[in-house]
Amino acid sequence: MIESNDEYVLEINNLCLSYFVRAGEIPAVVDFSCTLKAGESIGLVGESGCGKSTVALGIMNYMGNNGGIVGGSIKFKGRDMVALNEEELRHIRGSEISMIYQEPMVALNPSLTLGSQLMEVLIVHEGVSQAEARKRSIQMLDDVKLPDAERVMNAYPHQISGGQQQRVVIAMALLSSPALLLLDEPTTALDVTVEAGIVELIAELSKKYGTALLYISHNLGLMLEVCDRICVMYSGEVVEEGSIDSIFTWPKHPYTHGLFGCIPLPHADKNARPLTAITGQLPLPHERPPGCNFGPRCSFFKEGLCDGDDPHMEEVTTDNDPVHRVRCYRWNEVDTSVAMSAGIGKDAAEIGETVLEIDNMKKYYEVQDTSMGALFSGGMTKYVKANESINFTAKRGQTVGIVGESGCGKSTFAKVLMGLETATSGEVRLAGTNIGDLPVKTRTPKQLGSLQMVFQNPNDTLNPSITIGSAISRVITKFGVESDPEKVYERVMQLLDIVKLPRDFYIRRPRQLSGGQKQRVGIARAFAGNPAMVIADEPISALDVSVAAAVTELLMDIQREHKTTLLFISHDLSAVRYLADRIVVMYLGQIMERGTTDEVFSPPYHPYTEALLSAVPIADPEIEKRHIVLEGNLPSVLDPPRGCPFCTRCPSRIGEICDDVPPAVQIDGESHAIACHIPLEELRKAEPVVKVPSDLQKKRSLLAKEARAKVMAAEAAAAEAAAAEAKAKAAAAAAAVAEARVDAVPVDKEPG
Amino acid sequence: MLIMISKRIGFMILTMLVVSMLLFMLLEFSPGNVATKVLGPYSSEEARQLWLERHGYFEPLWWRYGTWLGNFVSGEFGDSVRFRVPVSEVLWPRLWNTAILGFWTFAIMIPLSLILGVLAGMREGSRLDRVISVGSIITTSVPEFASTVLLSAIFVFGLKWLPGTSSMTSGFDVKQMILPVMVLIIYDFGYVARMTRASMAEVMTTHYIRTAVLKGLPYKQVILKHALRNALIAPFTVIMLQINWLLSGVIVVEFFFAYKGFGALLLEASLNQDIFVIEACAMVAVFVAVASQTIADIGYTYLNPRIRFS
Amino acid sequence: MSNIVETVTPAPTLGFAFIRAIKSFALLRESTPGMVGAGLVLFWVIVAILAPLIAPFDPLATLQPMAKPGTEFVKGGTFWLGTDHLGRDILSRIIFGSQTVLFYAPLATVFAYTLGILMGLAAGYHLGWWDIVLSRISDIILSFPVLVLYIIIIATIGSSGINIIIAITFASAPGIMRIVRGLVLDLRNREYVAAAQTRGESSLYIMLVEILPNARGPLIVDACLRLGYVIITIGVLGFLGLGLPPPDPDWGGMINETRKMAMIFPHMTIFPCIAISSLILGFNLLADGLREVSLRD
Repeated sequence: MIESNDEYVLEINNLCLSYFVRAGEIPAVVDFSCTLKAGESIGLVGESGCGKSTVALGIMNYMGNNGGIVGGSIKFKGRDMVALNEEELRHIRGSEISMIYQEPMVALNPSLTLGSQLMEVLIVHEGVSQAEARKRSIQMLDDVKLPDAERVMNAYPHQISGGQQQRVVIAMALLSSPALLLLDEPTTALDVTVEAGIVELIAELSKKYGTALLYISHNLGLMLEVCDRICVMYSGEVVEEGSIDSIFTWPKHPYTHGLFGCIPLPHADKNARPLTAITGQLPLPHERPPGCNFGPRCSFFKEGLCDGDDPHMEEVTTDNDPVHRVRCYRWNEVDTSVAMSAGIGKDAAEIGETVLEIDNMKKYYEVQDTSMGALFSGGMTKYVKANESINFTAKRGQTVGIVGESGCGKSTFAKVLMGLETATSGEVRLAGTNIGDLPVKTRTPKQLGSLQMVFQNPNDTLNPSITIGSAISRVITKFGVESDPEKVYERVMQLLDIVKLPRDFYIRRPRQLSGGQKQRVGIARAFAGNPAMVIADEPISALDVSVAAAVTELLMDIQREHKTTLLFISHDLSAVRYLADRIVVMYLGQIMERGTTDEVFSPPYHPYTEALLSAVPIADPEIEKRHIVLEGNLPSVLDPPRGCPFCTRCPSRIGEICDDVPPAVQIDGESHAIACHIPLEELRKAEPVVKVPSDLQKKRSLLAKEARAKVMAAEAAAAEAAAAEAKAKAAAAAAAVAEARVDAVPVDKEPG
Repeated sequence: MLIMISKRIGFMILTMLVVSMLLFMLLEFSPGNVATKVLGPYSSEEARQLWLERHGYFEPLWWRYGTWLGNFVSGEFGDSVRFRVPVSEVLWPRLWNTAILGFWTFAIMIPLSLILGVLAGMREGSRLDRVISVGSIITTSVPEFASTVLLSAIFVFGLKWLPGTSSMTSGFDVKQMILPVMVLIIYDFGYVARMTRASMAEVMTTHYIRTAVLKGLPYKQVILKHALRNALIAPFTVIMLQINWLLSGVIVVEFFFAYKGFGALLLEASLNQDIFVIEACAMVAVFVAVASQTIADIGYTYLNPRIRFS
Repeated sequence: MSNIVETVTPAPTLGFAFIRAIKSFALLRESTPGMVGAGLVLFWVIVAILAPLIAPFDPLATLQPMAKPGTEFVKGGTFWLGTDHLGRDILSRIIFGSQTVLFYAPLATVFAYTLGILMGLAAGYHLGWWDIVLSRISDIILSFPVLVLYIIIIATIGSSGINIIIAITFASAPGIMRIVRGLVLDLRNREYVAAAQTRGESSLYIMLVEILPNARGPLIVDACLRLGYVIITIGVLGFLGLGLPPPDPDWGGMINETRKMAMIFPHMTIFPCIAISSLILGFNLLADGLREVSLRD
């Protein structure tokens, strides 16, 4: 095990954390070890329920009423956190170890001013005066780049935006210069362009203050940008630990490897190189299998070995990376670099006739302004322009991606299409009929059935008191697909088969299903009426990476088979790039840019698209990215800028024309449109934001092969050394085996 | 904020108007009946007709309502049939007596229930929490009329410590106040305590309390500065609503202890069909209830910065 | 295969709801107060059902005035709890009184719930004018102190069993409506409701099938509390002399008739007090237990 050493800020050995519930002890984290030096940053990555947040709370020794540390040690600067009493812990919390939380809105006290919440840290830990505390708090707010720190000090949390709130939480955490900063998904609740700013700020400040970081996230791409080393967690255990380089080049655990296969990286392609999902689902903490927890989902599972004793962390010896450990019996037998090239290619869907035409569609909401000013000026009614002049078309079999951050109007747009709202003006033509002003109640069953929706939240999409079978049956009868009970039943079974769910789910209730399974039922329901078009509103954003990949692939397969038009609404540019044929980029209710996926992802860019592309973290160290961080916040939809909606944050604003005049749409080529004042010629000069090396796959496999050969050689050497002590005959045999293994590494094919 | 207050007050006036209309209709719609009620069952038909005419009952409905309302606003509630004096002469002293009763009840009940509620909610599931929770359920389950009987049996007939009636015939007597106040407190405090407990327990599980603890604040400061303020917003509304409940409670208590208060007056009036007293009492009761509701709403807004500054 | 269809095709039926209600009551084992509450309620329900079998005397018969508890009756039998001023056996009156209270209180609660749920669904789902009108009506009714409202209603329409049910329905429905409306406001934004809307379901279907069953948890808890409160109300009306007309045994009325004699004969009032308090306590504990259990999962 790791020797105790003073240079470590944090040293965790074999930590075990459990929750105690009525059913008994639930081990949340098992055998967790890691070390962290000053100024170093380590990432904990894993899917929900893997215990990564519990680790952070465990380090603070704050496990709540029903949790506890049941084994192992946590040493912070050499002091054992487990042995400290409440009072001693209190002196460390907030002063030497600070934490930044996932949702800043709920982490701040709603009824105290931000100033008093900041100042109390200094007053309690350093005993400074009110005035001194105030001065230093304001200084810290300047440090986290909050404009107008004085105003923020007197404000309440709800008066500032989410991004600003997170900056205040960061300021609060850094006030007394902690040695260790715990970050629990600090940007997950924020928009991607805001996230980029926060990530940059954290990196900058931790460097400035020499703080060690423990960064928790589910996002591998983000890890790449902020961490030196990462620990990959699965079902309460670290399954792999190593440097960024080492793990991203050659992941040794099948789970880590599986994760990479699930992420839509820029070189993934829905037809040629589809994602490979991990089969099965995360076991519940009290239902973990014997032996390796990943065993039941692992394609390299070997009976008798993997389901035997629990595997321990094994050191992987490579000279450039002293600490790379993995919890797998078969890591050096399994060649994981092969599967890197993703799944089997599929045929592209045929693109048919135009199904949907959106012609200058507008959706305004009326809001009553109840402020004093409005009362006196008489302007009581304001309009929120949720959608302004939306134009685009979608063809049969095509996937159109609508991307945008919160408040961009993408969900309103979906509501208008579905008839839950009606358009204020303009036309929405589905197969030639205008349905924009047709509320859902006046649509015919055929119209309803031909346009269906897959919803966002798996826990919300199915009625908890209705069985899966009844839910799907109802749709089938409602759309008049079948009416005879026997036939309806047959059809439900068919649909369950299509979405790859067992047939006995017919009598299950939603709460017996996992998130991914519920989403599959949602898809089955949407496709029950053989729709011409399906709208998917963030269908995978609430799912874990491995589950999301499976659901994405399923959706694509069904779409291909039924030649359905898919309208994929998402905030996730990576997912949209992966599965869309055409992309519409929206900002504050307006379309900024639209075109084919290639057109949108290469110059000329709209400045907003450019920033958005740069903000999305990419989990591949070989891919180069230009760095653009937007200043400021998303403006409120209630009070958008007069001219170009993006003018307040645009890094390439050209002048007052941007503030005052809405930009005209410039058409480039056949289908590429950009709404910007900057001439196309200028925009064309931009460098591509994301550069994927043309020989990426080859390079990757070469790197992996090299690393692998090194490991094998080292092993062989070790074996040789060991054998030298034994008989010469045995030594020769061992070397031969090791060599044979190196030869067995297959060469990866070049990308097609 | 100012708009909100004026809106609330506007709504309050509207409610009062509607209530007055309802009452007016409910109690006066049959003119013959009113005359019978006022003049008694043995009055002659002519006398009744004469009375009705003299009191304008043959005018159009809206006119009568207008005059009635006008009189009402200027404090002319009509004459009590039973007491043979103007209603206001009976009403105001009675109301004052009830106010005294209510004041003492609140002065003891609110601190008591808030403290117990906060103590219980601070550590949810602790022994103290369970004792307070179950205790407050039990006290709330004994209706006022039952506890008046039970407490009288103990303190009046058993121990002979306290007087059994509170008619205050020989001037104000603190001893006579003890039992009525006790009964009202026992029935009501459990409800406020449980609301406070629930609110406190909820606040203690929020993330901002976790933030405060992980900031290294002393436990006392976490409770006093971070938890209490948020936890007491909801009970504030409940406390104001208790005034409404209290108006029901005093009816039973005043009736049993023969306390000369507002509740007993209303009950007596309705048992004797003393309509002008009923009208006046009902209007006063609704006014107190609506006013306290309005104060509760305004206070809630004021206490909650999320609403105050939006 | 086809038998699966027959057994599961119907959407939530009464049978299903009943089985699930039983299941959630089975969960109540986890909560000691809840079990005590259920026990008390069950006790009184059984007493009410078996009243003619277990009551030692006719509750209306004048037997022997003002007997102390435990007095032997000359014609055989014992007055375990004594007799009242008219010589009626108190134990028998309490036993038969449980029938009265367990008949009127649940009936009034059911009526109040039916009205309140319909109002709440309409207001919460449709919003707009429905909501404004229904909410304002409720606000006005709720702005009356409860007992004042009852007294006015009873004073106007007279005192009888039906009138008490009418008064309770009228006075309780607005409170129930507020709760239902709040739950509906939350539930109507669920995606499964949007899914139902996008497949063209009628408002009535959405309200009754998609929304209402998912609001049942808090409503059951509230119903138990309210049942306790309705029992108090019936008791108070009896106590104030506005309740059910004599001579039928009614716990509140029994207390009122005998309270003036409590000084000399405390047993006449104390036993009915204990009876009514224990039943109310039963419902309150049951509600608390159900709430605790429902919060756990």
